[in-house]
Amino acid sequence: MTRTPLRPLARILHARSTGENPDSIERENLRLRHEVMRDKARGRAQLRLVVLALCFFSAFTVIGARMGTMAASVPEEPRTASAGTEIEASRADILDRHGRILATNMTTHALYVQTRDLVDPARVAKELAAIFPELDEATLLRRFTDGRSFLWVRKVLSPEQMQKVHEIGDPGLLFGPREMRLYPNGTLAAHVLGGASFGAEGVDSAEVIGTAGLEKFMDQRLRDPAQAGTPLVTSLDLTVQASVEDVLASGITMMNAKGGAAILMDVKTGEILALAAGPTFDPNDRPNNPTSGEPSDSPLFNRAVQGIYELGSTFKIFAAAQAIDLGLVTPETLVDANAPMRYGKFTIKEFENHNYGPMATVADIIAKSSNVGTAHIAMMIGGERQQAFLKSLGLFDASPVELVEAKGAKPLRPTRWPEIVTITAAYGHGVSGSPLNLATAYATIANGGIKVTPTLLKRTEPMKGARVMKKETALMAVSMMRRVVTEGTASLADVPGYAVAGKTGTAEKPKRGGGYDHEKVVNTFASVFPANDPKYVLVVTLDEPVETTGPKPRRTAGWTAVPVAAEIIRRAAPLLGLRPQVEPQPLDGLTAVKQ
Amino acid sequence: MRPVLYVLSFLAVLALGFWAYRENYTTQAALRDVTALQDEIAGIRESLAVQRAEWAYLNRPERLRDLATLNFDRLGLLPMEPAQFGSAQQVAFPPAPIISNLDIASPQSVSGSLDVAAAEQTP
Repeated sequence: MTRTPLRPLARILHARSTGENPDSIERENLRLRHEVMRDKARGRAQLRLVVLALCFFSAFTVIGARMGTMAASVPEEPRTASAGTEIEASRADILDRHGRILATNMTTHALYVQTRDLVDPARVAKELAAIFPELDEATLLRRFTDGRSFLWVRKVLSPEQMQKVHEIGDPGLLFGPREMRLYPNGTLAAHVLGGASFGAEGVDSAEVIGTAGLEKFMDQRLRDPAQAGTPLVTSLDLTVQASVEDVLASGITMMNAKGGAAILMDVKTGEILALAAGPTFDPNDRPNNPTSGEPSDSPLFNRAVQGIYELGSTFKIFAAAQAIDLGLVTPETLVDANAPMRYGKFTIKEFENHNYGPMATVADIIAKSSNVGTAHIAMMIGGERQQAFLKSLGLFDASPVELVEAKGAKPLRPTRWPEIVTITAAYGHGVSGSPLNLATAYATIANGGIKVTPTLLKRTEPMKGARVMKKETALMAVSMMRRVVTEGTASLADVPGYAVAGKTGTAEKPKRGGGYDHEKVVNTFASVFPANDPKYVLVVTLDEPVETTGPKPRRTAGWTAVPVAAEIIRRAAPLLGLRPQVEPQPLDGLTAVKQ
Repeated sequence: MRPVLYVLSFLAVLALGFWAYRENYTTQAALRDVTALQDEIAGIRESLAVQRAEWAYLNRPERLRDLATLNFDRLGLLPMEPAQFGSAQQVAFPPAPIISNLDIASPQSVSGSLDVAAAEQTP
């Protein structure tokens, strides 16, 4: 770079000769030089700004473009992540308490048609109708040609059917992958599991949603992708459930009943080990909900949970237990049992007009199932305390069990509670509940008076409920129920080695026009075993049974529900690992003296 | 000195470019492998689920009951009963070990085998 001098000698000399101030030349030159320097600095600064602006522009463009592509693209799983549970089934399995499968998923395909791609709609309609008998050729052809471009033909296909559809060979026939719910055990535990069906359907997948029972109640949990790999473990025991269903089904047939229910519950944890209702259905091919007629006529009706029946004399033990708990009586106290009893315009009679009086002990009243004696005990307790006690046993509220049907099945009771209701409720008339409500109440007694909450999910810890009655009272109630079996109305339930204790109940069904139908009864047997150390509660209910082996038809629980319950205990107890025990005998006079 | 530095950095850029090119392709190949493996895992999981479902289907209580009835003459299976619980006292002691390689000629061993026969007779 050539540097121009600030005081060029030629101009200075010339200025001096003309008498001008040479300093002005220097100032002028300095000014010019500064101007040049300033222009240069400005140019550099401008360039820097442009470069910086370019950097920012490209950075924001990159970020914007990336955001745009991310928003517009289909989400994709990170391919480098390890293959863990994320490629698991979309709906969690349901297992029994020992890990045996009750419900699982299977991959299958749905069949759909793109009508524009169909080469020969008439032939396709004909061949499809030949493969699937439920499809009609004319309807199919009409739907193929009425202008729509897309239609579903079948929701699920078996591999054989899929092969046959492939063999039709038309490009318009397409398959969409599907996960379908499978119940490998067929009708087993159908009323507990309920069923599942497809929700929103797409070509690539369809969501599976629970339609009833446990599947619907636990739908959120089963569909949760985070828990899809962890199966839902229920409290049911597959083998016990199978035996209970087997015995109940033959019981319903032998006793000519319309239906029945059986519940087996662990009294310590409240876990339901088996819950059966008959008639039953196959959840793989769930029938449609009934649109007309009685809901209880449908096989979908879960009598164990939805069946709200007057449970009859099974309620008597609650009156007796409460009276003992309040200190009003002991099992040996004599109570007026003189039948028939008059109360206002009502007459309270015994079964077949017996008379167990004039006085009977509380234990005898329970063993013989005396209505009059129970009525007198209830009058001692009074309506208010009776209501509070029945409520604390859970007999006034819908069962909290994990089934959607349970919420809708709220026990029925009169809104007003005059003394006559106190009397009838004591022997189970005028108040209704489901067999599950009853099983829960009996489990509370068998659990030493600590309230039990029923559950269908596996629980490892014993119940920590509120205390409803004293432990001694609960023990006395169980031993009174043991006498019902050894010398009372449930003698057929005496399974050797298992010390069954229980209470029978026979209630006539209310007629449509009012009053009771003597020919239609609900028989219930609620039992606890083994009596010396209660572990399980079994409730068996039969709807309209009649036992016809005798000279005249018998409709009492002692002849219908009790033998069925006994057979269930005989079959189920060994499966539960319960060893038959020699019952401790009460000391007779001789032994007592000897000791 | 400077030109050497230029040449070296040019060579370094060339080498890095080559390395990046190779890494890119190995990464893509690895990703393809992972995808294939995950497809395989998904397929195996699926067939595992089907096998489990089939196992459960074949072991459903209804079928086992029918099979037990069908093969009753060979198996003689009946539902379990309370009477089938045993106690430890009912289990027989294992039989005394049978002494082999006996020298038949020696009277000692003859008496030994007699003992074995006697032990077998007692339950």
